[in-house]
Amino acid sequence: MGDLAWIFLSSMVVNNFTLMLFLGLCPFLGVSGRIDTAIRMGVADTFVLIMTAVAVWFLNAFVLPSAPYLRLIAFIIVIASLVQVVEMVIKKLSPALFRALGIYLPLITTNCAVLALAIFQTNREYGLLEGVVFAIGSGAGLTLALLVMASIREGIELADVPEVAKGTALVLLIAGSLSLAFMGFAGLLSAS
Amino acid sequence: MSGEVSPADLHCGAHGASAGVGPRRAVPPGEDLVKGFWRENPVLVQLLGLCPTLAVTNSVANSAVMGIATFFVLVGSSLLVSASRRFIPNEVRITSYILIIATFVSIAEMALQALVPDIHKALGAFVALIVVNCIILGRQEAFAGRNPVGRSVLDAVGMGSGFMIAMLIMGSVREVLGSGTFLGVSLFGPGFEPWVIMVLPPGGFFTLAFVLLTVAWFKRRKALKAREAERHDVAVVERAA
Repeated sequence: MGDLAWIFLSSMVVNNFTLMLFLGLCPFLGVSGRIDTAIRMGVADTFVLIMTAVAVWFLNAFVLPSAPYLRLIAFIIVIASLVQVVEMVIKKLSPALFRALGIYLPLITTNCAVLALAIFQTNREYGLLEGVVFAIGSGAGLTLALLVMASIREGIELADVPEVAKGTALVLLIAGSLSLAFMGFAGLLSAS
Repeated sequence: MSGEVSPADLHCGAHGASAGVGPRRAVPPGEDLVKGFWRENPVLVQLLGLCPTLAVTNSVANSAVMGIATFFVLVGSSLLVSASRRFIPNEVRITSYILIIATFVSIAEMALQALVPDIHKALGAFVALIVVNCIILGRQEAFAGRNPVGRSVLDAVGMGSGFMIAMLIMGSVREVLGSGTFLGVSLFGPGFEPWVIMVLPPGGFFTLAFVLLTVAWFKRRKALKAREAERHDVAVVERAA
């Protein structure tokens, strides 16, 4: 049980995917303009991460031992088709949720966070439960980073920023400061 | 509410693959090659592929190896995609591109593991993550999928070099400031206190922010000069009339 809590906390704040490992930066810079879209993106991401964790566990347990050189290709195909299937199922079962997640779902296919989760999970030899907890933690971390960033960006929308600094450069400067703040979590778990 | 944003805008930061160049007729072959170096630099101007640019640039050697691996994958997949563009049905083109890219990345990963095991270890998962680098998929979608082989390879070489230039800028700044060394050679002597923060994750964000600021500043200065020159011309013409 302690192990699972450690995996969760470590993936959520100590090794935050976005701010410490630079994964999933594309949506972080792209959709962090407004709080509501940021939350939706985070939820969609978490959802796909959890599904991927289950699928990757299955692949690692039953398929890949006989063909290890196909690892990368198998992962990317499974992720791409998984996202497609999830999209179709949600569209059929809950049109409201589908409208809410909208176009964010297909974009997640080429989100580096998802493939990175699959690779980390394999390298660290997580089992099914550990993998799912890792996915939930990473998803929560991504959502947290997106949410903090969106709140700051809504706050500075009317700020008087020099012309050259508007846009990505400013977002990156904020991200750097957030990343500095998140480094403070590094001592959280090593002490205990 | 989500109708007004196109997927390409959302993906990969501000500009997606659609921001790249479409097919243009009658461009000299040199243009396909050179545009990627600076004017349409995939990282500094199009803001694609930011994850590796930030994650592995804490030393010059890591940046160079990552740049070379990405260059190889980009050129290889552009060649193959362009050569087989008539056989790939439109509906499954993205999946086919990703498969081709994943194949080349697998080759690159095995080669790195055999040739430079230390650096391969330092790069970690990011070698495998070249598969989802938006620069590569973006070039297949925007260029190689609809242009002849020769031009596609030139374009890939240009864009790959542009990526390498950006990686080397980032890697040099971070290694020189963060460890006081260049390619492992000490630069400043024992009196130098390294800015440790530059080789840690926040340093990546800050360095890229300042590089982008510099690029924006140059662009702005150029635009202002052009406008001034234009105003001058208009004044001259008016005086003449």
